[in-house]
Amino acid sequence: MPQLDVGARHRVRFTLNGAPADVEVEARTLLTDALRHGLGLTGTHVGCEHGVCGACTVAIDGVPARACLTLAVGVEGCDLRTVEGLSPEPGRLGVLQAAFRRRHALQCGFCTAGILMSLDAYLRLRPRASRTELTEVIGGHLCRCTGYAPIVAAALEAAAILRGEDPSEPTAQGVIEGAIEGEKAHA
Amino acid sequence: MGIEHIPFVGQSVERVEDAGLLSGRGRYIDDLGTKPGTLHAAIVRSPHAHADIVAIDVVAALALPGVAAVVTGRDLLDITAGLVPAVRAAVDARAIAVDRVRYVGEPVAIVLGRDRYVAEDGCDLIEVEYRPRPAVVDPLAALEAGAPVLHEGVGANQVSDRSFRYGDPEAAFARARRTLVVTVRYPRNTGSPMETYGVVAEYDPTDDSYDVLANFQGPFSIHAVVSRALKVPGNRLRLRTPPDSGGSFGVKQGVAPYAVLMAAASRKAGRPVKWVEDRLEHLAASVSATNRITTLRAAFDDEGRVEALDWDQVEDCGAYLRAPEPATLYRMHGNMTGAYAIRNLRMRNRVVLTNKTPTGLVRGFGGPQVYYPLERLMQRIAVTLGLDPLAVIRRNLIPGDAFPYRTATGALYDSGNYQHALDVAARDGGLEDLVRRRAEARAAGRLYGIGYTAAVEPSVSNMGYITTVLTVAERANAGPKNGAQATATITLDPVGAVTVQVASVPQGQGHRTVLAQVVADVFGIALDQVRVMVDLDTAKDAWSIASGNYSSRFAAAVAGVAHQAAVRLREKLAAVAAAQLNVRADDLVFAGGRVGSRTNPDASLPFARVAATAHWSPGLLPDMDGAPIRETAFWTPPQLTAPDEADAVNSSLCHGFIFDFCGVEIDRITGKLRIDRYVTMHDCGRILHPGMVEGQVRGGFAQALGAAVYEELAYGEDGAFLSGTLADYLLPTATEMPELTVLHVESPSPFTPLGAKGVGEGNCMSTPVCLANAVADALGLDAIDLPLTPAKLAALAAGRDEPAPPAGLAGKGSPSRVSKPGDRTMRGEGSASVAAPPETVWAMLLDPEVLASVIPGAHGVRKRSDTHFTAEVTLGVGPVKGRYKADIRLSDLDAPRAATLAGTVTGALGNGGGSGRITLTPEGGGTRIGYAYEAAVGGKVAAVGGRLLDGAARVIIGGFFAALARRAGQSAGGRANAPGLLRRLLARLGISP
Repeated sequence: MPQLDVGARHRVRFTLNGAPADVEVEARTLLTDALRHGLGLTGTHVGCEHGVCGACTVAIDGVPARACLTLAVGVEGCDLRTVEGLSPEPGRLGVLQAAFRRRHALQCGFCTAGILMSLDAYLRLRPRASRTELTEVIGGHLCRCTGYAPIVAAALEAAAILRGEDPSEPTAQGVIEGAIEGEKAHA
Repeated sequence: MGIEHIPFVGQSVERVEDAGLLSGRGRYIDDLGTKPGTLHAAIVRSPHAHADIVAIDVVAALALPGVAAVVTGRDLLDITAGLVPAVRAAVDARAIAVDRVRYVGEPVAIVLGRDRYVAEDGCDLIEVEYRPRPAVVDPLAALEAGAPVLHEGVGANQVSDRSFRYGDPEAAFARARRTLVVTVRYPRNTGSPMETYGVVAEYDPTDDSYDVLANFQGPFSIHAVVSRALKVPGNRLRLRTPPDSGGSFGVKQGVAPYAVLMAAASRKAGRPVKWVEDRLEHLAASVSATNRITTLRAAFDDEGRVEALDWDQVEDCGAYLRAPEPATLYRMHGNMTGAYAIRNLRMRNRVVLTNKTPTGLVRGFGGPQVYYPLERLMQRIAVTLGLDPLAVIRRNLIPGDAFPYRTATGALYDSGNYQHALDVAARDGGLEDLVRRRAEARAAGRLYGIGYTAAVEPSVSNMGYITTVLTVAERANAGPKNGAQATATITLDPVGAVTVQVASVPQGQGHRTVLAQVVADVFGIALDQVRVMVDLDTAKDAWSIASGNYSSRFAAAVAGVAHQAAVRLREKLAAVAAAQLNVRADDLVFAGGRVGSRTNPDASLPFARVAATAHWSPGLLPDMDGAPIRETAFWTPPQLTAPDEADAVNSSLCHGFIFDFCGVEIDRITGKLRIDRYVTMHDCGRILHPGMVEGQVRGGFAQALGAAVYEELAYGEDGAFLSGTLADYLLPTATEMPELTVLHVESPSPFTPLGAKGVGEGNCMSTPVCLANAVADALGLDAIDLPLTPAKLAALAAGRDEPAPPAGLAGKGSPSRVSKPGDRTMRGEGSASVAAPPETVWAMLLDPEVLASVIPGAHGVRKRSDTHFTAEVTLGVGPVKGRYKADIRLSDLDAPRAATLAGTVTGALGNGGGSGRITLTPEGGGTRIGYAYEAAVGGKVAAVGGRLLDGAARVIIGGFFAALARRAGQSAGGRANAPGLLRRLLARLGISP
């Protein structure tokens, strides 16, 4: 890794939501600040700046990461996804986003981007995720509005739709199977 | 006309807010651009709970490239005034400290830089010299004679003491067959919205006006407080709010002092100023709910029927009484008898100030502090009499046919049938099954308990309730205060589209959706033909002092007044259409996007055309009062009258009902609380949007669970703040949430336009005590205070005796000696061998040059006298690295055998003090140095938690002696007893030291 000059500004190049992006930052600039104030992508939120709340979660090379604990210079050459990249096209919602809307899984919406990014990454990895697993993924985030239950419901519903199942009856068989899988995964 | 409008109200339609929020297109305060040249602020805050500011050295900060200005409290003295609270105590409640700090986190200086990073660098360069004073943290200790006084102008820490009497409490107590007392220490907690405070402010010297954008939530009575603090009339403070806000739960009312601070800083700097609070600042110094010590005595009969209550409440508002405090203490004044028909009351309300963060609005606002003792009392009465707690609750409920019901203290309960709600909850919530589960669990030897709570949830505050804190004479002097003006504006544009503007300042509750439902129903048009704007501009929009998002007033007041504005506009539009269609206005129906005759299907016009008439064809308008283009309605309920001469007050317009019950099990070994079932029954009147009501209940429950089990804003006895990160202040996550059964009955309010009542705060009032009652039932306890942490419950399960209250809540003279998370006292001992005789080591300990080389991170050790040294040290503890000034004194000198080292360190990040005894014992040709120390730290360092501190102390002290050993070894001719790595390295090279 090259040594960076504290006083200098550095150009960082990476892929952002599928398109090439670059931003000029100091060595100490956090990824949250680079995204929000450098690139104008204000959908990634800053809730605690010490890695607990999860509001700033983005996907770096497909893996969820706290942008507030990541230096912007560290994502050189990486593939970044943020909440702005979740919609299939402007004005339309993706499956997970639409499930959140149907289930009233957000109120103020401040924590939502981070939760969407974690769930999006997890469901790509484990499309048959159980309720327990999804609850634990959501457990990595703080939400002060919803009491979490509608978020878990939205995640389960989105998972069922993504698997091509009827979302109106995802719970019975899907969850039981998922729970068994989940236990295996944890064992 | 044949087309019927199916009402949107009552349906869980998808929220109009959500598409933007789910796509990263929210517009929160930090997402809005700023004017070029805007400076970014960072705040230097007090590490001391109580201290004089001796000096503030800003030279180094100002010299830093990119820093434009530094502003201190003294700099703002001439252009600002204090923030005036409801009680005119001689407390100069400023937004920034002047000459003295009174709580950890109090602003001391503001650095304005070209970006936030530079501003924070500047903060590190500011040197503040403090002279610490004794701090007082416990509210009862603060009342004692001889307690440190925070505000000399007041002369004591008590700023208000009022007694009240309703009915004939003396007679009731005199004839009572039984009495019982509960004492509750309700702890501090807060709402912790995920978005912190933010302010962008600019001063315009050409007309002496301020433009302030802040994620403020109201009440807008505070606008008057802020403009007064900025010394401008209200029309020269343009206060704006962003379109979206990341939650508040009352807490964002507390951004007001920062609006003053940044506005004044902008004036000093001559440029716009932006400030976004960070999480550490938010936890330490935003807003806390009050902690309160309550003694509640009851007179009751053998059946558990309560005849009288005697309340003694000591409210702790922190270091300054800040508007609207002491409102927390008076918000519940009308419903101090809860859901019960109790006619005799005595009350004493005292307000004290302590060296803690000033208090303010937090969801539940005064409710948790009242219902906790009241519902613990009901449970205790039942246990004392050997009755079922539910039977005692039922026996005391207000009769179902008594509504509207005037309580002893003056509230007018609008509607309800509490007995019916209990019956439905017991049936649909499976109470019988729960009782069976308890019996089974207990038969198996497990600790299982059931808790109940009945509570009345007030909403739509009377703006006059807070004046109950004043005496009748003071109130007469000030003039009566009352009411709760709500407002909505509806505008029709030239293509007949509808825009609604309100001053409800939502913080995520979905006001835009509900208002679209309400207004679309009135006009009989599609939901998406109505657009709702909720960002407020006090210079251009309709508002009043009651505006804002608090006291659960939206559904009852704001949705109601929007309905009234829409109906008024519809009446005018009906006249317009009637003239064009040549039918009678009362024959017209608004449905399906058309305005048409009920009787003649051919006579109809598109709504949009009727709505656009006043723009394009004013000549077609019939005679009417004002054009049907824009309608602003104001509404205040007549029931909200000022407190009367007997201090009776209808403190809120609406009174919902909650009945909760739960079953919990406590692990005997770990003390972990498992919530087996939780059932919450609500009567919030007419439900406008079931999904949102469900969201309010579930969200409120989660916050209440946090307050009950996990959260506490904890303070050390010296006022050090101990829960400064989200790793110390624990918020519940998805994995902690139990199954929750939410039930409803609906008793529409006769006092609100739509029959709705508030529902947002109820569980914050009912749930903590419901869980506590269940724990008390499981463990057979008489007394239990929050939070119900595993450590506390494990001790109680083992000993059936509550351990000492947490630090900061302990009474004087009862310091906790048990080591626990958050404890900042570190103790340690150790020894090191040095290859030099005791005389040499002794000389080294007294030599500043040697000390400079062996104290970790030290630079600039100065010898002030033979036994007094000062130094600058750089230390890192966990994530917090900072520079400190050290002051070290030697005493009890016993050359060359022993000495006591006592010292203090102070710095922006914290402070500490401690002492240690060093002993030197000859050992072979060298010396064995023994040491034992005890140290305590405060400030930001303390807030990172005790777990890190112990380790850090060991490393630093160990480093000191290792360095001393090395140094002594050199001076003794290279025969160092080299520690660790060096010794291993030498051994590998075949060199034996």
